[in-house]
Amino acid sequence: MTTDAPSRAGLSPASEAELGELIAERHATRQPLRITGGGSRVETGALSGDTLSTAAISGVVTYEPGEMTLIARAGTPLDEIQAMLAAEGQSLAFEPADMRGVLGGNGTSTIGGVVAANASGPRRMLVGACRDHLLGLRFVDGRGRVLKNGGRVMKNVTGLDLGKLLCGAHGTLGVLTEVALKTLPILPDRCALGFHGVTVDEAAQIFARALATPYEVSGAAFRDGTAWLRVEGLGPQMGYRRDRLLALLQPREAEVLDAEATLSLWRGLRDLDHFAGTATPLWRVLVKPSLAPSTVRALQALGGAVSVDWGGGLVWYCGPGPAQEVRQIARHATLVRRGGLAGPAFAPEAPAVTRLSLGLRGVFDPAGILNPGLMDQ
Amino acid sequence: MPQPDAGIIERAPQIVAALREVLPDDAVIWDPEETRAYECDALTAYRCPPLAVVLPRTTAEVAAAMRVCHRLRVPVVPRGAGTSLAGGALPTADCVIIATLRLRDVLEIDTENRFIRVQTGVTNLSVSGELEPHGFFYAPDPSSQLACTIAGNIAMNSGGAHCLKYGVTTNNLMGATVVLTDGEVVELGGPEMGPMGLDLMGLLCGSEGQLGIVTEATLRILPRPEGARPVLIGFDGAEVAGECVARIIRSGVLPVAIEYMDDVCLRAVEAFARAGYPDCAAVLIVEVEGSVPEIEDQIARIREIASALNPVEFRESRNADEAMAIWKGRKSAFGAMGRLGDYICLDGTVPVSKLPYTLKMIGELSRRHGLEVANVFHAGDGNMHPLILFNANKPGDLARAEAFGADILRLCVDVGGCLTGEHGVGVEKRDLMGKQYDPADLDIQMAVKDVFDPCWLLNPAKVFPLDASQSWREEAARR
Repeated sequence: MTTDAPSRAGLSPASEAELGELIAERHATRQPLRITGGGSRVETGALSGDTLSTAAISGVVTYEPGEMTLIARAGTPLDEIQAMLAAEGQSLAFEPADMRGVLGGNGTSTIGGVVAANASGPRRMLVGACRDHLLGLRFVDGRGRVLKNGGRVMKNVTGLDLGKLLCGAHGTLGVLTEVALKTLPILPDRCALGFHGVTVDEAAQIFARALATPYEVSGAAFRDGTAWLRVEGLGPQMGYRRDRLLALLQPREAEVLDAEATLSLWRGLRDLDHFAGTATPLWRVLVKPSLAPSTVRALQALGGAVSVDWGGGLVWYCGPGPAQEVRQIARHATLVRRGGLAGPAFAPEAPAVTRLSLGLRGVFDPAGILNPGLMDQ
Repeated sequence: MPQPDAGIIERAPQIVAALREVLPDDAVIWDPEETRAYECDALTAYRCPPLAVVLPRTTAEVAAAMRVCHRLRVPVVPRGAGTSLAGGALPTADCVIIATLRLRDVLEIDTENRFIRVQTGVTNLSVSGELEPHGFFYAPDPSSQLACTIAGNIAMNSGGAHCLKYGVTTNNLMGATVVLTDGEVVELGGPEMGPMGLDLMGLLCGSEGQLGIVTEATLRILPRPEGARPVLIGFDGAEVAGECVARIIRSGVLPVAIEYMDDVCLRAVEAFARAGYPDCAAVLIVEVEGSVPEIEDQIARIREIASALNPVEFRESRNADEAMAIWKGRKSAFGAMGRLGDYICLDGTVPVSKLPYTLKMIGELSRRHGLEVANVFHAGDGNMHPLILFNANKPGDLARAEAFGADILRLCVDVGGCLTGEHGVGVEKRDLMGKQYDPADLDIQMAVKDVFDPCWLLNPAKVFPLDASQSWREEAARR
């Protein structure tokens, strides 16, 4: 998950048991660890400690397409998993992005890193986030205990759902060693509808109308004056949905992209190609979709560029605006690429939430050795 | 259940007086005639009237009641509509029930941002009812949806027949107003597609009232599909029916529901509802959604898959009446089973590929325990509902049924599944938790509870095995 700091001693235990011993020792001596999967997610600023990688705890444990279930060790490369699922016509429906272009990293994204970051791409709007597809996990807590929660089945309410806590905790509550995820069929047909020359307000209207239909629009993004909708389906579904949406949004005219062009367009939207290759600070802002236009305008006034995903629910801001002013405009803003900005990456929380979160950290990592300070506000 | 605290029971008048001080008079009940209505939930084999019942109308009133109970160190049992099949709302003699029944308001419907915000005492079905004029619906649909509340759905992370496609409560919950054990009110999540920071809302959902009481919720809503249509497929064996489920899923068609009924259940349903189901070993009801051409395409794919497996029957519905007829038997299954005698309904989940083996083993266990069992369940996600038939008036029969049930749940865990798919642990499966989780796995869950509820006052003696939680509870009692 981390890309920046210079590499110090690199630790790469070969098994869960070895990892447990290592962390138990660090717990006893209170020496911090910087945990990384493939080193391709969030820029962390200056974290102290030796680098701990799960890359060697790797390999697919089970994949059952007829059960839509995948179990893989945390260090398994994401590419490897995606290729294996694609061969069976399935995918991780939450569409995790490849952030290497944006973060300038060259690591290999791992499935453990994806889960630790709750990394969820454009389809999150329709099918939910990574956390919604996580069935169970194994992890090592900050004392070095090997623990498990959840399982491998789709419906499971046995005990507290710690998977939700670990997913998105960026390694601060435990080091993932194995994850079970739900897989979904890839819909074979797709197209993109592009509405060119629209304002962000018009884009928001297009999104609101399209997303109030039962046509399961699986992408709704705005970039450079174009509002894009992604339409997918099986058999006659895609053509039917496309035609209904085009009729609904008349008299607006849309460009229709074929399957191949749609695939490559959405890969670019997912991976934020438009914000790659620079070092300008990049913010990920969550808003109520109807507030996207006003948020976009306010951020643009600080200078820089903006794009929108999740039908308005996600605003990306790439610009020089000072952190304090960005946070004033957008309460739920995460600093994804620092570009020289200091300060916390995560948004401030209500005091009661902070108190509970600190309490939980004390339970999972009493010595404060797992990515200490990473999620501080 | 552990012995109630006699000291607390002795102080009942003072406790009730303290509650009355901060709540409207009609919100506090302690007349034994009235509290008896709360002595059990849908797991009726266990009963115990509470010390008092509080029926608040607002988040502030829930908070006030929680503050009093916390100050006086009185256990609190949260309660929705009391439809838990796992004893999730079973009271203790020394507890105050805080029920969400009067938290009845719909606070906001926002179709532009696709959410509804409600007080959590509203029923599951009424949420979709509110949304109907807007062309939207709320997806989780537990079979008790006419009665059960959103508060209970969140506490138990309820599912339903349609969650194969739409997910369970946790996948459809966007925000929650939570009252903590000391009366503090916390907002988690909201209309944004979070979470930010640690996913406390995800932790809270399904925590069975161990961490707090949710009084208001923001729920994701979905546009209503243009249409839906079921097909019925009969097979002469459980294995081939299980194979059909796996092949449908693998084909890329994602039905909204795949329901399974076995021969015992089919015979009972036929006698009760005369749904005209075929007399065979297993029936699948598969429902698909969309426009007419979409539905027809999906049904054609399912027909092709099923035909290759030599079904006894493949029945399509051509109109709403025929669709209703297909669902009629499934929907009356629990009522039909009730006519055969008393039953307990289990809820283990198994990997879909293990369904045929699990069904076979349940048959063997049935012979060993000498009790009949019927299977009716959500096959697409492997969430089984074996119904064990027994005679409550026959001494020892309930204990035999419970022993049989425990064997089935152990079997579910042994084949890679879990103890409960949607009903929750409650008291029913509490002492089986050690089968699924090692002591350290349970210990960290209890440590998490301890962060939220340091005095261990919330929903006592549920979820965690009593021997495992003993030291935590003793430590908490000193706080």
